[in-house]
Amino acid sequence: MTYEILTYILGGLTIGTALMVILSKHPLRSVLYLVVTFFLISGHFLLMNAQFIAIVNVIVYAGAIMVLFLFVLMLLNLDKDNEPKTPWLTKFIAVISGGALFTVIIAATSESFMHLSQKAVEKTGDAIVKVSDQEGLVENLGHLLFTEYIVPFEVSSILFLASMVGAVLLAKREKQTIVEL
Amino acid sequence: MIPLIVSQAEFSTNFYLILSTILFSIGAIGVLTRKNMIVLLMCIELMLNAVNLLLVSFSTANGTGDAQIFVFFIVVVAAAEATVGLSILLMAYRNRRTINADLFKNLNS
Repeated sequence: MTYEILTYILGGLTIGTALMVILSKHPLRSVLYLVVTFFLISGHFLLMNAQFIAIVNVIVYAGAIMVLFLFVLMLLNLDKDNEPKTPWLTKFIAVISGGALFTVIIAATSESFMHLSQKAVEKTGDAIVKVSDQEGLVENLGHLLFTEYIVPFEVSSILFLASMVGAVLLAKREKQTIVEL
Repeated sequence: MIPLIVSQAEFSTNFYLILSTILFSIGAIGVLTRKNMIVLLMCIELMLNAVNLLLVSFSTANGTGDAQIFVFFIVVVAAAEATVGLSILLMAYRNRRTINADLFKNLNS
């Protein structure tokens, strides 16, 4: 019971901060609200026994990516007229299409609602289920990562190398710009 | 040993299906309404995280860790994407002195 109350409170807070991300006028506030949203989502991960993913989410998303966003935002030195007001018709259409997206996804997955809850009831009597309760711990995930998923893990290092080279190449100032300044 | 908070048998993904769909829709609305390109990138991150939430809830419901590995790789790809996207953004700002997405209609001039 306390688990469900905690889940609902966390879910409501997550939706509220996610709304504040797109509603707040200043991009700096959006970044800070997004950090709060990521922390709340990590709370959800903790509640779902996914401790490793929760920690990774805090470190990589809230710690690294959001700080990168903040740095770029500070570097850009934005003034007031950089983001003109969106016309209300655009907002209206965007909200309508977002709601339509929500409705379509819920309608498409609504069959699985019944199915999943039935499956959960069926599994209660199952003895095999007990083994896999601790799948989110670092030990089990690390074993899975370094045996079954070793190839994608190595490929991701190549991806990081490529993105690092790309970022350095793109963000490097050209010689003409230096002369200009 | 870290205590388990919810046992797998009594876990239900219905709440997380709805919550992550709401978060994904909020991200989509943000992409459609905002003009600031940094906020657009942030809305994409929000949508990625909504998908992560759903994947982890499926992983807990099924009792297998494969979906959590997927989430790990999504985080990795999101980090790479954010660095490249932000450096493209910096270059665009250097050329145009603005990051308003509407002013980038023709990128080659």
